[in-house]
Amino acid sequence: MSSDDDHVYLSLAEGHADDARWAFGTGFEDPLHGVDTTLPEGVDAAELTALCLALADDALVAAQRLAQWITLAPELEEEVALANIGLDLLGQARLLYARAGQAEGAGRDEDALAYFRDPAEFRNVILAELPNGDFAHSMVKLLLLSSWRLAQLTRLAEHPDPVLAAVARKGVSELTYHRDHAAQWTVRLGDGTEESARRMDAALAELWPYRSELYAAAAETQDEVEAVLAQVLDTARLAAPAATPVSMGRGREGQHTEHLAELLAELQSVARADPEATW
Amino acid sequence: MVSTVTALGTRLTAAHAAAAAVRDPELPMLTLADLGVLRDVRLDADGGVTAVLTPTYTGCPALAEMRADLVAALHDAGFAEARVETQLSPAWSTDDITAAGRRKLAEAGIAPPGAAPRRAPGPVPLTLGATRVADVHCPRCGSADTEETSRFGATACKALRRCRACREPFEQVKEI
Repeated sequence: MSSDDDHVYLSLAEGHADDARWAFGTGFEDPLHGVDTTLPEGVDAAELTALCLALADDALVAAQRLAQWITLAPELEEEVALANIGLDLLGQARLLYARAGQAEGAGRDEDALAYFRDPAEFRNVILAELPNGDFAHSMVKLLLLSSWRLAQLTRLAEHPDPVLAAVARKGVSELTYHRDHAAQWTVRLGDGTEESARRMDAALAELWPYRSELYAAAAETQDEVEAVLAQVLDTARLAAPAATPVSMGRGREGQHTEHLAELLAELQSVARADPEATW
Repeated sequence: MVSTVTALGTRLTAAHAAAAAVRDPELPMLTLADLGVLRDVRLDADGGVTAVLTPTYTGCPALAEMRADLVAALHDAGFAEARVETQLSPAWSTDDITAAGRRKLAEAGIAPPGAAPRRAPGPVPLTLGATRVADVHCPRCGSADTEETSRFGATACKALRRCRACREPFEQVKEI
């Protein structure tokens, strides 16, 4: 890097001497600041609240699991990739929580919804909260979740609520990258070594049944997601596990595994230790 | 009357110039105008000024910083009452980066984005294999013989690539 380039970055620090805004993250404010948030006629506030909350919970919990790969991923580039995907989801969660809070009208902001609800109040699907296994396990999970979320957001881009529609439309571009990333790893590992294929088979066997909860929550996505999964598995020379009847997850009703409580305890600990803190 | 209109026009020009010159916190070689995130600057009836900003990525942590920098720049330009509005729709695309912005990126060693993918309505088709990005030139030696090493880089908006001719790694603003 030449000294000219250095100067470009140094210029950022200018004029910051008298305030402490330089570190990213200080003084977060409403992510919908300055957006017209009037609820349009014909949109049911309770339905919109529930929808935004479910989508936000899926994103927040999945983002936290992705962030847990940091310092543990098999290579630096992959760590950066998983952190980026998590960051996209976190950004979606922030806007969706803010929208849910407005539609609910009870004065709860994004922090109240993310940090001060207990596990039974979360509406994320079970698949999102399952602990990270090995890398194959996380890639199968990412493939399932991102294919499903992309199919949902594609449809929600036409939602009558303009804020949700705008968040969804933007999310489509982001999720397309996430799904491609997971699909490419699925092919690389499935059609890789004997060991990588064995691990993908094991991950598929464990996670495949959780699709039923995804389709129960958004039935309209099923055909599209199944077609995508079939295409990826076929290219990866992997076989879908035989259908096994399983009891369906009920995360959307607030019935979670113990793993969510552990995840939230970590995620919420700082905010709950000092509710007045800003960071 | 004429002089009032002229004065307003001058004020608007000044506000616009101040807002447009604010630098992006993560790509400081670009101004917000170069990046294409500054959607509007307008004078309000109460004598204040409002700048309209659109986010790049939903989770981009730079947005709060941009907003604060915009308000500070407008204050410095003499606008005591400065506000920033966020516009989510239409969503920002890398196609909104100006020609000057693309040139500045390349000069700073960051390959500018190609044309953003145009999507037909309906399901988004799956991309398997490295067929997506073509024709990214190395910002150092100009060779078109480059490969993607990771689709995700140090910031949400960048991918990592490597030049096969001069062997240098470089960043590219990825199409969105």
